[in-house]
Amino acid sequence: MAEKVVDIQDLEYWYMQGTPMEVQALKGAHFDVYRGEVVAVLGHTGSGKSTLIQHLNGLLRPHKGHVRVLEYDLTDPNVDVKALRRRVGLVFQFPEAQLFERYVGDDVAFGPRQLGLSREEVRERVRTAMNAVGLDFETYKDRFTFSLSGGEKRRAALAGVLALRPEILVLDEPTAGLDPEGRRLILNLIRRLKEEWELTLILVTHDMDTVAEMADRCFVLADGRTVLSGTPREVFAHPEVLRELALDLPHPTEVTHRLAATGVPVRPDALTLDEAETAIRHVLANGSANT
Amino acid sequence: MDPIIRLEHVWHIYSAQGERPIEALRDISLRIYPGEYVVILGRNGSGKSTLAKHFNGILLPTRGDVWVKEWNTKDLQHKLAIRSTVGLVFQNPDNQIVATIVEEDVAFGPENLGIPHAELRRRVDWALELVGMTPYRYRPPHHLSGGQKQRIAIAGIMAMKPEVLVLDESTALLDPRGRREILDIVQRLHRQEGVTVVAITHFMDEAIWADRIVVLDEGRLVMSGSPEEIFSQPDRLRDHGLDVPPVTELARRLHRHFPEIPPAVLRVEELVTAVRDLYARRFVPTAMHSETAQQEHRP
Repeated sequence: MAEKVVDIQDLEYWYMQGTPMEVQALKGAHFDVYRGEVVAVLGHTGSGKSTLIQHLNGLLRPHKGHVRVLEYDLTDPNVDVKALRRRVGLVFQFPEAQLFERYVGDDVAFGPRQLGLSREEVRERVRTAMNAVGLDFETYKDRFTFSLSGGEKRRAALAGVLALRPEILVLDEPTAGLDPEGRRLILNLIRRLKEEWELTLILVTHDMDTVAEMADRCFVLADGRTVLSGTPREVFAHPEVLRELALDLPHPTEVTHRLAATGVPVRPDALTLDEAETAIRHVLANGSANT
Repeated sequence: MDPIIRLEHVWHIYSAQGERPIEALRDISLRIYPGEYVVILGRNGSGKSTLAKHFNGILLPTRGDVWVKEWNTKDLQHKLAIRSTVGLVFQNPDNQIVATIVEEDVAFGPENLGIPHAELRRRVDWALELVGMTPYRYRPPHHLSGGQKQRIAIAGIMAMKPEVLVLDESTALLDPRGRREILDIVQRLHRQEGVTVVAITHFMDEAIWADRIVVLDEGRLVMSGSPEEIFSQPDRLRDHGLDVPPVTELARRLHRHFPEIPPAVLRVEELVTAVRDLYARRFVPTAMHSETAQQEHRP
């Protein structure tokens, strides 16, 4: 079995602890990831998703419970957070808002420059990262960051994290605010990067179609706790729980579930359009469910 | 019926010093009629936000004219009349909140129109009720969720009693729950209050509620029609960087094998009913069929 690269158990976290404003954001979350997996974190706004993922590179430290990422034990006050952050890249929501350098090349180079690498090594990393996200190094390195389109800015921000050569990449809502074409482009890019860079991917998203298409496993958070986990097929087999948490089903799953509920003996657990098409064609041709 | 908004050959050209001018809108002619629900679709950078800002004169055309009722938006003496006829809700709720208490924020717009105090109170109460935010009226807005903030922004616009509500990607930054809240409210305002709605979005499944969809690409108006007409042309939509809703795509694929399933289905319920009916006709001659027949006769 693959190596477990993230292991979080009974994690609790409070904001403004010890003040009258104290809020408990995590109340016993568990979460684990194996090397090479694509794992999705689902949950409504305020469910604790963002708090959870900020533990993955030590931006937050657990108040209670157990957090291990790679070989780093985050409960240890002397843990080498700097080393951890080189290996776990975190791309926040709307990362384009965080570009701050004048030139694209400098922005992508910011991370690697902090690592004490040689000029040549920094340049090489920036070149590789920019080319990997489809921003040709020679064409884009001297462009003003503000002159990029929204989609290009998002890719530049992603390149800045990739230039650190992380093993684990955490993406918070990578498709938010994108049009259908932009969404398709960024998801294809993420898929390709995962293969070529042998990344472990953690996706935080509301986009259930993305989860259905990409994730090996997913975790559903609600009110600071992990309430469901498993493969997308296992998790989406609980539409009533998801509905109660104001989460959607993937569109194809919604159709097959509702059909099954009306008494049509269709296989209810389609995840993709292809699967839904197959299941419905089968029941309409044969009068029974495919297996 | 006279249109409430009329765009005649509108061009908008952004020209920054030392840079090549950008033609954001190219020869757009468009009419919005009272009571309509129009959705404007377009990929990022298609010019749709620039277009939205022309509907109430925040931006003025470089060439061509925009008329709101009988007022040309270039005619500055009608600015107030135009702004109180056409209200605009923006994308980012955080940029629209001005006051520290919810009800003061809702009162801000109508107060600036010079509405007398008693009437102002009535309008604020009414607008908060419309968006379901009355329980939050004394709260500071910055602790609210994105969807709640956007509801406050809509209440602030509605308190000015506009005839047209323009939503400029007002759901783009919200989570699914927030999006649903806003869609529900906008549909209710359209149905119950008779507000004309112009919604700009790139979420295909928000467009299925429209009377009419207008597609913009590279500053030009490239498609226009009912949701059924627009979404039965997936290839053209994809050329413009858009797509059909997943349910429509599924129906289209099934239609190829089972012509009884209509190709331009927009809603999950429609597809479920169509498949269920076909299944019943093929395999269940008795019990289920009669139930289906009853459903079909429902108004």
